[in-house]
Amino acid sequence: MTQKQKRMLVRILAGGICFGATFFLPLSGVARLLSYLVPFFIVGWDVLWRALRHIARGQVFDENFLMSLATIGAFCTGEYPEAVAVMLFYQVGEWFQSYAVGRSRRSIAALMDIRPDSANLERDGQIVTVSPETVAIGDRIVIRPGEKIPLDGVILEGESSLDTAALTGESLPRDVKAGDDVISGCLNLNGLLRVQVTKTFGASTVSKILDLVENSSAKKAKSEHFISKFAKYYTPIVVLGALFLAILPPLFAGGAWTEWIHRALIFLVISCPCALVISVPLSFFGGIGGASKAGILVKGGNYLETLADVKTVVFDKTGTLTRGVFNVTAIHPDDCSAEELLELAALAESQSTHPIAKSLREAYSLEPDGNRIQSVEELAGRGIRAEIDARTVCVGNDKLMDEIGVTWHPCHHVGTTVHVAIDGAYAGHIVISDELKPTAKEAVAALKKVGIEKTVMLTGDSDAVGREVAKTLGLDEVYTQLLPAGKVEQVERLLSAPGRTGKLAFVGDGINDAPVLSRADLGIAMGGMGSDAAIEAADIVLMDDDPQKIALAIRLSRRTRAIVRQNIVFALAVKGLILLLGALGVATMWEAVFADVGVAVLAILNAMRALSVKALAPKREK
Amino acid sequence: MEKTYRIEGLDCANCARKMEEALNALDGIASAKVNFLLQKVILQYDADDEKEVIKQVKKTCRKIEPDCELIG
Repeated sequence: MTQKQKRMLVRILAGGICFGATFFLPLSGVARLLSYLVPFFIVGWDVLWRALRHIARGQVFDENFLMSLATIGAFCTGEYPEAVAVMLFYQVGEWFQSYAVGRSRRSIAALMDIRPDSANLERDGQIVTVSPETVAIGDRIVIRPGEKIPLDGVILEGESSLDTAALTGESLPRDVKAGDDVISGCLNLNGLLRVQVTKTFGASTVSKILDLVENSSAKKAKSEHFISKFAKYYTPIVVLGALFLAILPPLFAGGAWTEWIHRALIFLVISCPCALVISVPLSFFGGIGGASKAGILVKGGNYLETLADVKTVVFDKTGTLTRGVFNVTAIHPDDCSAEELLELAALAESQSTHPIAKSLREAYSLEPDGNRIQSVEELAGRGIRAEIDARTVCVGNDKLMDEIGVTWHPCHHVGTTVHVAIDGAYAGHIVISDELKPTAKEAVAALKKVGIEKTVMLTGDSDAVGREVAKTLGLDEVYTQLLPAGKVEQVERLLSAPGRTGKLAFVGDGINDAPVLSRADLGIAMGGMGSDAAIEAADIVLMDDDPQKIALAIRLSRRTRAIVRQNIVFALAVKGLILLLGALGVATMWEAVFADVGVAVLAILNAMRALSVKALAPKREK
Repeated sequence: MEKTYRIEGLDCANCARKMEEALNALDGIASAKVNFLLQKVILQYDADDEKEVIKQVKKTCRKIEPDCELIG
């Protein structure tokens, strides 16, 4: 509680006690009026004061003014307890609103507590503590255990575990070693790290995330626009209605003035649209905050709204459903051992920079002995011919085998096949393929479960690989051998497909995906290994690259939408009902003030549910 | 240029909405956003007459909510 809130609470309590005492005092006439004025001023003097100041500035449809008018009007018509009660409950509602908003603001701020305060810069062999903004690209920084990583960089020295929970929602620490990239905002748990900075603070992950979340509430959802418009007209219309109600019936139908003024005052009590104006953005803010707690960055309330309507999810393959890292997945020797086959291939490829060569060397795991290699010749687009241990070893694709006249046989494993021939005789082949992400299958299943009608995969990869992946994961459609432009075409075709309902989301990670990401109704990017262009173009970013988060995000967005709808319908229904009953003379001021404050409190409490993500998160195994 | 200001004493969401509307109607302001939840005002304006623009902004804010203070 802030000082202001504490003071207000004391005033509310004091006013309430005073009001209760007055209620039972056997007073009458002026004494009674005066005794009710005491709690009235204790609780409401600031409202009256602000109302005066607002009138002086020409602000008529101001809630302070309307409340003052309603309560003073009640005093004038002799309803002293009602007048005090309206002021008291109005203040209770205001107090609660400020408390609730402050709380959710703080919990979101705590969530975003990833901004590092300082960096330990290495300068001339000395370590100085500086502000992260002053560190330049290429500088070396030291991160001690327990410190936050201040800037993005690559590890030069040291090993440690990183707590990435603040960024990704992932609670398992990530192990890193020299050569690994680290992103700012993670917590260094146990080892000392020396890191070379690769991005300035402004361009670092932590700054980008903070920017995203802070600006997210600037992009308003449709329902927020609706509420803004509604609020603009609601108050003037209700106040005008009150005016007519007070004047017309007594003037033309011969009603009693006090009776109709009383009904008009009821209108004024519920003329403030604050419950709606605050609860709708608060729900979206909570939804976005809750999502970022789970490592899902949503760039605006409008995207959260679109996500709730998604019925088609289109995936890119490499890096999105697969890890985007090539690995040896099968070794099939013909007339030597598997170890020998891999060793020869790794030796032959020991100088090459091709991704396939890299994966062969990684699978071999030992340092290739350069002394055994007499000569190496790279044959572009085909492979490598090398002299190893005085034998001619050819490592490459089927074209190379055909060229040297070696009969090869295809592999039943899907992936890139690397054939090996020794002295013109076929020795076997090694299959290299991209691995599926461990959660890819569950991710697709989870999407089906939340009611996604169609899942599609687009890939530049070969038909065989694409179909195999799509079959394993249970995807509905797959389009293979696509160039980047082809992906845009496919998405456009899906967008304009006849009979399509709901929105289309595209999930991707690469630079090539940026045009598709912006073309789809909703772009979702992989934030961990995704390119900057993809993250820039996307509307939603998954920080830990886990495709399973898509279904979670959809459920979150739907819950947020449900909360928003509940609040709008509930608030409008109650206000409408009380307006009607008030005009008919059935509702009293008591009901009006309870309706006004009660609706605000309930709507805010409901909005705060949007922040909680626990109930929706998938249960972790083990 | 775009600049973000902190705003203190903004207690009512409807006032924030009114303030945003009034600021957007000001001359010299290209776009104004009042974020009630973050208590921030984001302004886009011509840098030429910054002082005058900010003076107008402060005046407008006070008119709508006398207790409001623009900071930063």
